[in-house]
Amino acid sequence: MAEEIKSPFPPPPPEGEKSPVAEDRAPIASTAPAKPAPPARPEGPVPVPWTSPLVEKYRSQYGSGLVALTYLGQNYLTVDRSLVPDILRLLRDEEQFDYCVDITAVHYPKREKQFDVLWNLYSYPRNERLRVKTQIADGASIPSSVPIWPTANWLEREVYDMFGIQFDGHPDLKRILLPDGWKGHPLRKDYGILQQDQEWVQINLGIESGQ
Amino acid sequence: MNAGTPDGSNAHTNDRTHDVANRGLSNLDLDAPATPYLDSNELIINMGPQHPATHGVLRVILKLDGEKVLGTECVIGYLHRGVEKIGENRTYTMFNPYVDRMDYVAAVSNGLGYCEAVEKLMNVEAPARAKYIRVILTELNRVASHQLWLGTHALDIGAMTPLFYTFRDREEILKIFEKYCGARLTTHAFRIGGCQYETYAGFEKEVKNFLTYVAPKIDEYEELLTTNRIWLERTKNVGVISSADCVALGVTGPVLRASGVKWDLRKAQPYAAYSEFDFDIPVGTNGDTYDRYLVRVAEMRQSLRIIEQAVNGIPEGPIMARVPKVIKPPVGEIYHSIEAPKGELGYFIVSDGTTQPYRLRVRPPSFVNLQALNRMVRGLLVADVIAVIGTIDIVLGEVDR
Amino acid sequence: MPNFIMSYLDGSVRGTPGEAGSQFWALIYVFIIFTGVSVAVMAMNWLERKALAHFQIRLGPMRVGPHGLLQPIADAIKLMLKEDIIPAEADQFVFWIAPMIGLLAAFAVYTVIPFGPSQAVSDMNIGILFMLGVSSLGVLGIVVAGWASNSHYPLIGALRSSAQMVSYEVAMGLAVVSAILMTSMNASGTGTLSMIGIVRAQQEQGVWFIFKFFPLGLIAFVIFAIAMIAETNRAPFDMAEAESELTAGYHTEYSGLRWSLFMLAEYATMIAVSSIAVTLWLGGWMRPFPNLLRAPAWDFIFSLFPGLTFVGLAAIALVGVVRMPVHSFFRIQRIGLAVFAALLGLIALLLLTIAVAGRSVDTTVAASSVARFREGIDHVYWFVLKVAVFMYLFIWYRATWPRYRFDQLMRVGWKVLLPISLGVLVVTAIVGVIVS
Repeated sequence: MAEEIKSPFPPPPPEGEKSPVAEDRAPIASTAPAKPAPPARPEGPVPVPWTSPLVEKYRSQYGSGLVALTYLGQNYLTVDRSLVPDILRLLRDEEQFDYCVDITAVHYPKREKQFDVLWNLYSYPRNERLRVKTQIADGASIPSSVPIWPTANWLEREVYDMFGIQFDGHPDLKRILLPDGWKGHPLRKDYGILQQDQEWVQINLGIESGQ
Repeated sequence: MNAGTPDGSNAHTNDRTHDVANRGLSNLDLDAPATPYLDSNELIINMGPQHPATHGVLRVILKLDGEKVLGTECVIGYLHRGVEKIGENRTYTMFNPYVDRMDYVAAVSNGLGYCEAVEKLMNVEAPARAKYIRVILTELNRVASHQLWLGTHALDIGAMTPLFYTFRDREEILKIFEKYCGARLTTHAFRIGGCQYETYAGFEKEVKNFLTYVAPKIDEYEELLTTNRIWLERTKNVGVISSADCVALGVTGPVLRASGVKWDLRKAQPYAAYSEFDFDIPVGTNGDTYDRYLVRVAEMRQSLRIIEQAVNGIPEGPIMARVPKVIKPPVGEIYHSIEAPKGELGYFIVSDGTTQPYRLRVRPPSFVNLQALNRMVRGLLVADVIAVIGTIDIVLGEVDR
Repeated sequence: MPNFIMSYLDGSVRGTPGEAGSQFWALIYVFIIFTGVSVAVMAMNWLERKALAHFQIRLGPMRVGPHGLLQPIADAIKLMLKEDIIPAEADQFVFWIAPMIGLLAAFAVYTVIPFGPSQAVSDMNIGILFMLGVSSLGVLGIVVAGWASNSHYPLIGALRSSAQMVSYEVAMGLAVVSAILMTSMNASGTGTLSMIGIVRAQQEQGVWFIFKFFPLGLIAFVIFAIAMIAETNRAPFDMAEAESELTAGYHTEYSGLRWSLFMLAEYATMIAVSSIAVTLWLGGWMRPFPNLLRAPAWDFIFSLFPGLTFVGLAAIALVGVVRMPVHSFFRIQRIGLAVFAALLGLIALLLLTIAVAGRSVDTTVAASSVARFREGIDHVYWFVLKVAVFMYLFIWYRATWPRYRFDQLMRVGWKVLLPISLGVLVVTAIVGVIVS
């Protein structure tokens, strides 16, 4: 395509080497060992405390177990694990967060409480999004939110499948994307990208390796 | 598969832990002890993963009483490629083509969601012209996706001919994609920060020609189906789901709208350039298969409206925002979602300040919508299961990722 | 020359061979009909694929022979050479015999189908009962196939099919009875169950039964036309083999030759039931307006139709030859199609010659046998043409309509068709009594 060259691009950034057009041409350059970040580069926005009637109400109720922040215009609550079922239920019943968009987790292997579990909520009446976050340790379990939002069923199964996080009270907690007998939870950081359950592959596929 | 035999419903023993064939059977509340084959009152049949109407490799285990469905269980994961894990091991730029492989019939929508999510994380905004190009291509893709859905859905219900009509017209869209970016299906049309390719000469004209070409064709599909008595009997009051159930089950997209919820992310939380266009959100009332059909057909027409406005109003200017060569978003996290043809497609990205996402989560609409299958088919007949699987509009690439 | 050949040629055999007690000619007829139906099934296979393709903006088979004309032969060879797979869990013997049952039932019906007043194997005096009885044996093949496969989808397909065929047979039978009632609207007041007798009754009464006691005959005909689609498991009532629901229904586990026997049986049944509809309501072998336009000139004009049809077919083939791209790749195809066109033209010429020659009112033995031959061709031609219309309708339905659901099909059968056909039967009887 010749058009891309003609297209009027802004002048290259002062610290940049080439125009941004090249980014897709040279993907290898971006995987190369990270160059030291240019010192002039701004650090980006930081989460700022989020204040709203909702937060005020719950803060007075739950105190320090709850931190409300906003980042890039997206609000999230970081709550203590013990408060999770209460907060989620209250959010649905009192604050009209009737739609559980997503449940997922993030693994931080170096942290003491290794997992962030996130509930991504949306309220149809308020047209507002909210994330609820909590931290749990490896091997710890968390109350299931299937009684609150039925959609959590498969989402929690996926989190269990990928991270090995147990959800107490889930009606049918078993693997969903991976086969039942699979060993390991692939989205953990200690699970390599080429790693797989060799034993499962041998037994079920009859081959030495799936690679 | 002979699930009714004693060994089919046995408790898991050690040597069965790895048995693929028995996956997922434990949940069908087979409280009765294993009975001899011919004495069994309920028939358990295995629909898929190789079945003509499961749209890929979906496996549905049906518990039947005669032909009446007592319960279903979906077994998914046959197409699992670990897209999220791949995302954590690729740079932001390198991961961009991978998203096309999720919902491969609406690859442009996937790319739009991903690029916008990363742009949001980097606090970059695509130029106006790029946004318009994005809207045009995404809406064309929505039409293509709905056409493919309509054809396959009608084929599932037994009407062979609409499939070929829709594929004929989808071809015109794919030709436009091919001319724009060289690919027909997995387009990789957008880049983080805008679009890589300027529109080709005659793009506007071709898109306009397509609009005038396809509008009567949509009438043609409707002529074949909308008032067809058998179509009505097969789709009316089949797979009904209430709006409350939709919300509780997290169902989005045309399925939600057919149940009467007037909610579309393009209106509710506009992204790209959607706030600048005038279009309606078609809604249904009964939440049955027929309403979902009507909603999708109406959506095709609305998409044509959007495309027309976008083509006429496409501004001049750059198509790429000022983004660094190496995409390196600051530490933080972002959730961004768009209205894909199947529903809310969300990307949740956690950045640790390096070139690779620390965590990349895709919220796939097909996956969540498929969960409603069980609620929708209980008490219906086997033939309706096919109709309902079709009407949810799943793409297994996205369900399994 | 042996006596039994001469007996036919000199015209001393009147009526069907079965009637005349001529086993030799009966066997010849059986052979001709068996071959003819098999060829018709192959032609139908090609036609269905081509017509369906053109409904669906496709081309259909184009590679094997010009415009895919040899595709059915290629398919037949492929199916015969395919490995015959019998599932390990299947009931071997029953699995093996199921397609045979279906095929036998489908072909046995042809014994009583009158292609002309004497062009039938036998004129059974209970022909229509024989037909109803034998054609309903076809379901046995399907049920047995579904059961013997020992697999879920075939089982469901077989269950659906048996329920469907049994229910539609009721409405079908009642519609047939109302046509039989009409045969008794003559001077003597006696009806007939013989297939030939039914056509003769239409001839005597001077009306096709579809127009008799309008709209009673028409309603009965429509009921039969709907029931016969269900009876043959064709779209939109193809529940038994609904490929999107039951993968392939009762023949899911079948492959190769056995599968092709099912297909043969299905298409043979389609032709058979269409023949019955033609016999009962559309005047069988009669040409249009046999009573209105009865002058010998009209006879001659109508006797030109078979020849002209082949002229038309030859012309279509010639257009195909002309339109074929000029390229060395297409040379063989072009030659093949030209030969085919020439063949059709030759047949047309032959038929036209016979039509012209048979016109003479000479009373010599030779001339009268040519005239009889011409008459026979006419009869078969009009019969086949009427059946062909039904065959085309089968294809058209398949291209146009979605598939009914099983319970809806049963509802249509029991709650709509059955009461209407009962009503039609009663009203026909009352009207018949009043008129006579």
